[in-house]
Amino acid sequence: MLNPNGRELLKRIALYTSVTIAACWILAPIIISLLYGFASPEDYYDKYKVIPLHFTFKHVYELLFVLDSFRAVLNSLAVALGTIALSFLLGLPAGYALAKFVFPGKDTLKLLIVVTRMFPIMVIAVPLTVLYIRIGLSDTLIGLVLAHTAMSLPFVVLITSSIFAGIPTDYEEAAMVFGLSRVSSFLRITLPLALPGLAATAMFTFIISWNEVFIASVLMLVNRTLPAHILTMVTYGCPDYYKFAAISIMVLPAMSFVLIARKYLISMWGITIR
Amino acid sequence: MAQAVALASSGPGGLIANVANMLADPYFYEALTNTLLLAAMIIPLQVALALGFALLINTKFPGYNILLYILVLPLTISDVAAGLIWYSMLSPYGFLNKFLIDLRILKRPIYFFGYQFKRMEYLAIVITEVWRATAIVFVIILAGLQMISKEYLEAAEVFGAGSLQRLKHITLPLLKPSLQAALIIRTLFAFQVFGQVWILAGRDVPVLAGEAYYQQVEIKNYGRAALYSLIIAVLSMAVGWFYIRFLKSTYIEGG
Repeated sequence: MLNPNGRELLKRIALYTSVTIAACWILAPIIISLLYGFASPEDYYDKYKVIPLHFTFKHVYELLFVLDSFRAVLNSLAVALGTIALSFLLGLPAGYALAKFVFPGKDTLKLLIVVTRMFPIMVIAVPLTVLYIRIGLSDTLIGLVLAHTAMSLPFVVLITSSIFAGIPTDYEEAAMVFGLSRVSSFLRITLPLALPGLAATAMFTFIISWNEVFIASVLMLVNRTLPAHILTMVTYGCPDYYKFAAISIMVLPAMSFVLIARKYLISMWGITIR
Repeated sequence: MAQAVALASSGPGGLIANVANMLADPYFYEALTNTLLLAAMIIPLQVALALGFALLINTKFPGYNILLYILVLPLTISDVAAGLIWYSMLSPYGFLNKFLIDLRILKRPIYFFGYQFKRMEYLAIVITEVWRATAIVFVIILAGLQMISKEYLEAAEVFGAGSLQRLKHITLPLLKPSLQAALIIRTLFAFQVFGQVWILAGRDVPVLAGEAYYQQVEIKNYGRAALYSLIIAVLSMAVGWFYIRFLKSTYIEGG
């Protein structure tokens, strides 16, 4: 029999073992694949070198500038920024209205937004190709921005409405009492208060667009975005070290988001996913 | 959607001929069963793992914040990147094979990739998907756990319930709405599984979304691609209908 102290110790050991295992399960593949991305081919193909020791930027460089990924990165960036702009333009007013006003059909509208979000976006992608050919948007970045906006708009509306709901309406009313118009009280009171949350929303939208591969690879054949470009590259075969080099280019920008927007992270995913 | 139906019925013979053509394609049955089978294998694992993680975080041990950030990290990783990450772990010269050979546990590498190792490709896909998408389930379950009032648990403890009993009779029943929500969201996304499958197995393991991509981009058979996307839509709507029907109350409360 163990005394209470010993049992407490065992409990703590069990706790920290499981914590370590959980952390390794997530972190080890990321760290190792990033290491492999910069490993020299000799180290990679040497079966006795589990952890590579010689590093080179050659593959990342070649992937970017010889295999044309740099253009794909630029395309991805352009599409993501365009998606943020367009979905904020359309989604911000809707989010604000949902948070601040009571109007008939509000609950139905919210429900409708939730349902749209569950609707698989691929169904839109396939007919869109044909439609885009007809109206001359095929293989353009604008076309992809429109599709990605359709995908991220429900998220933006729901997140921004919960951000605006968290800011007391009293502030705005007080400002209006002191003679500000509705628009300028929004711009000078509510907007600055909402700004950090909105910035996090923007990053979230960025991740959605940056990571999306199906629509991008169906709609774009020449101006491919990064995930679509990598997908084609891997499909038609390329040496392993280019695949690993691709990981760091794809993962690092999105992952830095976690570090920047820690505070909003959990609540935001809580909202979008519920 | 209407456009998709119109597209699906384009071509000589219209919708019926297109459907008949698809049904005659052995890849269709394989894609359908693979999609459902992968979902059936992946989702229970994810829920179990996510529940474990959430309970672990919920003990609020010192430094639990750090683990929390680590556990949500995969949310920012795309399916293509996750496929590549696990390719670097599992490929013949990947980390796991080299590691096990170095420890003299294995004599030669285990092959995960290639048509003749289809079973292993399946396994690789399951591992990748469990690794990447458990985070979503984890976040939902953690949110649910934090909504459970401490008083219930304390009351049970006063009446002498052990920690396992408390989990079974209090935590799990109160967690049911979040568990259901997590299940259904995951099911919806599981029907759309594409990027990691295409990276890890190509067309060796056909799935519905993969076939839609293949028909659209490689074959340019827009009608067939539209049909595949419609099947995904119908499956999703069936699940979504369950969602509205049985879980309406939970998310109106929440949102």
